[in-house]
Amino acid sequence: MKYIDEFRDPGAVQRLLTSIHNRSSRPIRLMEFCGGHTHAILKFGLRQLLPPSIRLLSGPGCPVCVTASTDLDRAIAMAHLPDLILTTFGDMMRVPGSQGSLQDAKAQGADVRMVYSTLDALSIARANPDRQVIFLAIGFETTAPTVAAAVLQAQAEGLDNFSIFSLHKLTPPAMKAILEAGEVQLSGIIGPGHVTTVIGSNAWHFLPRDYGIPCAIAGFEPLDILQAVYALVDMVERGAPAVSNAYRRSVRPEGNLVAQQMMQQVFQVSAAEWRGLGSVTDSGLSLRSEYAAFDATRRFPVAVHSSLEPRGCLCGEVLRGVVEPPECPLFDGACTPEHPVGPCMVSSEGACAAYAQYGEA
Amino acid sequence: MSQDTILLAHGSGGKLTHDLIRAVFVKHFRNPWLDRQDDAAVWALTASTETRLALTTDCYVVQPIFFPGGDIGRLAVCGTVNDLAMVGAQPLYLTAGFILEEGLPLVDLERVVVSMAQTAREAGVEIIAGDTKVVDRGSADSLFINTAGIGVLPAGISISGANAQPGDVVILSGPIGAHGLAILSQREGLRFSFPLNSDCAPLNGLVDAMLKADARIHCLRDPTRGGLATTLNELATQSQVGIEIEEACIPVPEGVKAACELLGLDPLYVANEGKLVAIVPPPAEDSVLAAMHGHQYGQQAAVIGRVTSAHPRRVVLRTTLGAHRVLEMLTGAQLPRIC
Repeated sequence: MKYIDEFRDPGAVQRLLTSIHNRSSRPIRLMEFCGGHTHAILKFGLRQLLPPSIRLLSGPGCPVCVTASTDLDRAIAMAHLPDLILTTFGDMMRVPGSQGSLQDAKAQGADVRMVYSTLDALSIARANPDRQVIFLAIGFETTAPTVAAAVLQAQAEGLDNFSIFSLHKLTPPAMKAILEAGEVQLSGIIGPGHVTTVIGSNAWHFLPRDYGIPCAIAGFEPLDILQAVYALVDMVERGAPAVSNAYRRSVRPEGNLVAQQMMQQVFQVSAAEWRGLGSVTDSGLSLRSEYAAFDATRRFPVAVHSSLEPRGCLCGEVLRGVVEPPECPLFDGACTPEHPVGPCMVSSEGACAAYAQYGEA
Repeated sequence: MSQDTILLAHGSGGKLTHDLIRAVFVKHFRNPWLDRQDDAAVWALTASTETRLALTTDCYVVQPIFFPGGDIGRLAVCGTVNDLAMVGAQPLYLTAGFILEEGLPLVDLERVVVSMAQTAREAGVEIIAGDTKVVDRGSADSLFINTAGIGVLPAGISISGANAQPGDVVILSGPIGAHGLAILSQREGLRFSFPLNSDCAPLNGLVDAMLKADARIHCLRDPTRGGLATTLNELATQSQVGIEIEEACIPVPEGVKAACELLGLDPLYVANEGKLVAIVPPPAEDSVLAAMHGHQYGQQAAVIGRVTSAHPRRVVLRTTLGAHRVLEMLTGAQLPRIC
């Protein structure tokens, strides 16, 4: 398949692996920010093929996993309001909150619907003019522009039964929070491909500049990831940290200016609550006051008790790269993909789900 | 809480479905036929006769009821015919039960019934009994169908998911993933620049040709809900053997590959309705494969792996890059990626 098979070519992968083996002289720890990378790394078995001196740690790059329990509980409380349809992406349905998941709320009678895009949520609002439709908007810079577009579309159409609960999060502040905490010593960062397509590779220059850590932006095919690993190994070996773009077919230095402009028009930067990281300054997106009519938190204020993380669950530590999923005492015992305790085991981008699904033979 | 109520994921055909069947149905209905966990139950008419009968039943609740390459009626006939074929039986007679939702257009019902009649003719079976119920609007999603089927087993055939032996060869009858993606694209209004048609087909003719080529086939199973990965796990567990699969040998159509990439799905877990997995002893490999290649529903059949005594009950996939990973059963439903 054009543009896929080329990036999975076993011969090219082998040549790159040989280069990495030859170039790597010391133990290094790399964090892949993005859950999509974690899944690709395990799906293609890349950890087995890399030198054992290169350790890969998962980061906070799963939008479902980083949603705080309190926010999820508020979404569930909204879903139980009368004459309301709550729409969201599929993975959010199964994440356990303090009192069950959105999937449980659906089984109890709440009208919770899985959608594939924000525009599907708009269609549901158009088809149900006598009911309120909330879109539970999660995701990083990748999905925020499409949600902004949906808000603008709803405004243009005068749809007064559509609103969003914005839980959007920004990735560079999360990376800073991890580095500032100093819990993990990292040699380099595999930068998120889809996110960086929107924000541009320039957004990661703070990593070499402020922290002396190299960053290589990667796509999601084996060759993309291995190219990024090679670039990081090379920069570490040379002692010359910089931002390297191993995903040039998608990522430009300045990013996607149209998407950025749309985000800025609809959203403003605000503090956000992250699972595992707590409240992180300037790491979230809330609706600007001009779009308050589409803000579900203003239109449907719900009170929830302070939410507790599931006992024994180390999702927070997994998201910060402090532990790897198999180190969690619940992993593959009390917490499995069919009966998940924490979100990292639920989400198709969660690190624990990746380890469970693609267990190494 | 999730464990106390039925969730949609219990119907995905994956691990939750298997857990539910074991924990509720098998627990209370327990008998030697259910314990075998094959697609159809097989028993001898009398102790002295060699004639054996096979019986199976299945319910169909697919949405939308019409989709590219098929409809709920064709599915209802093929599914039951295939369940009988997967124990080596020759399907003979079917029953059809209909649950109709108030408001269903009569023209839609007739279209489904015509499709069932055509598919039954293609499979060489007769639909000889049935039932109809109508429920209030909102109590069913337009149309549900139940079919049951009965067939006969020729003497000398012993096919079960429990029969796989180390050293056996794993054969797949053709490219995977088309049915699940055809349904998904129709349901969600996704449009692709390439055709995605369901592979829905009756497989009894293909099985007949395979058995005529060599009757020593150990296992047959159609990888429907849960896809190829879940089916291989079922067979590994039933037979208490390991299975090793080569990713590079598994045929996946370009359109399916592209749609899966776009949506973040894995074709190994996508449903099929016209494919089968056969596990055969090595001496039967060539003749069975040749017979499959000579049949319209097996032209692209390929050997995809082997049965092993190492790692019992586990399916291991050798990736295209030469790494190994465990291939688990589907858990819940596959969902498109967010990021």
